[in-house]
This record gives sequence, C-alpha cells and structure tokens, in this order.
Amino acid sequence: MTVNDIKNLLNAEILCGENFKDREVHTACGSDMMSDVLAFVKDQSVLLTGLCNPQAVRTAEMMDIVCIVFVRGKQPDESMLELAEEREIVIMSTPMRMFPACGILYENGLRGGVDN
Amino acid sequence: MSDTIKLHYNVSPDDFTRAGEASGDVKSKLKKMGVSPEAVRKVAIAMYEGEINMVIHADGGYIDVEISEEDITMVLVDMGPGIADIEQAMQAGWSTAPDNIRSLGFGAGMGLPNMKKYSDYMDIETKIGVGTKVTMKVNM
Repeated sequence: MTVNDIKNLLNAEILCGENFKDREVHTACGSDMMSDVLAFVKDQSVLLTGLCNPQAVRTAEMMDIVCIVFVRGKQPDESMLELAEEREIVIMSTPMRMFPACGILYENGLRGGVDN
Repeated sequence: MSDTIKLHYNVSPDDFTRAGEASGDVKSKLKKMGVSPEAVRKVAIAMYEGEINMVIHADGGYIDVEISEEDITMVLVDMGPGIADIEQAMQAGWSTAPDNIRSLGFGAGMGLPNMKKYSDYMDIETKIGVGTKVTMKVNM
C-alpha cells in the first residue's frame, strides 16, 4: 500500500510531504501514547494518532515512520509541519475517528507487524 | 580511524515542545556517518525516551554522547528528584508522571523499559533529592 492509497482510503488531506506520496507503507500503528509507539519497531510504518503535538512528529522521526495520519480532523501547526518537512515525513489529516480509520486500513490488507 | 567523537547537549527543563532535539541531532549525525540503520534507530529511541524523562521528571539536565568504533555511549545526567525504586520504575506500565503529561502522549510507564529494550547496556545511578545518571551503550 502506498501513502497515496492511505490518503484515498481515509478521505484524507495531505498537509506536507506531497512529494513522497508514492512511498510504500508496510505496517500501521494506531495510538495516542507515544511510548507505546516507540515500543513497536517496524519498517516503513504509518502512524495513526489523535495526539497533535510536536512529539508525534519527533516520535515518527526516531522510528523512521513514513507517514502520520491525524484522526478526527486534527490540524497540526506550522512548526510541526516544518519539522515533518525537514525529516521527509508525510502528514495528513482525516475527518475519520481512530477506530474506523484503523479498520479500513486493516480491511485493505495493512497489518500491525509480525507480532499480531 | 580510532578517533572518538564527543557530543554534548543541554536539555532545557520546561520546553516540552523542544524535547527530542538532541536525539534528533544525534540520529542525523550517526546516519551521515554511515552507522547501520539498526544501531541508529536503537540510539535514537533510547536517547529520546531518556530526554523525555529528563523533561518530565527532572527539570532537564545534560547528555553526553561518545561515538567510537565499537559503540555509542549516552550518559544522561539530571539533578531531579531521583528514582525511589528502580525495580518498580523498570516495570512496563508503572509511572509517576502527572496526568497533564499523559495528555501529551507520554507517562505510560514505558520510558525506562524502552530504554532498556533498545540499549545493549544500561546502568542507572540515582540518589533521592540529588539526581539520576543513566548510562546506555548501543553496539555498532
């Protein structure tokens, strides 16, 4: 699945990193607790979160996360977008809530990684 | 080739939005040096959790990083309240972080367990009312 597929499936808007929308995503993680995200290391992941602060972008940076999806229509501020841009992380926002957003991606073949 | 690279970072106490700057900087430096992606990620995560801990619990402090041919050593020093019971603090899910920290996405009680998980060596020296020194090593 590509970043662009995720955008279409979740009816999301890409807010930065448009150039990287063809990147492949292999696994997904949905959480508002960044330490739980950090406990889970998988390659080329997408992070779905309702936590809209700079630490969501920092966490993505440390984990080499390809794309962050903010659920419930949350909009990151300029500083978060700048940080994501520098680190080549795609940021998008979907009006969907966490559960349906995760469900749709799962239904379309995305998994949480080898542990599930 | 045998040169050791030393880096020093101050972790500012109350600016949660800037927490992670030091770890991000180390990560990009290691990447540029051609260190394996596996080691880079382990250092980044272990140090980031430590940096967050210093901001949440300890009014900041400083981090010294040493990069040698064999390993990367991170020494995190704070003058915070100290850890009363290290064994308890090492348990996944145990936390003393206040609720406002949880609303920022941390305080799940995974900080120290994650630091242990991603480092090849970890040692904690702590004294109540004096501070805490965490040493972590990640092998090249």
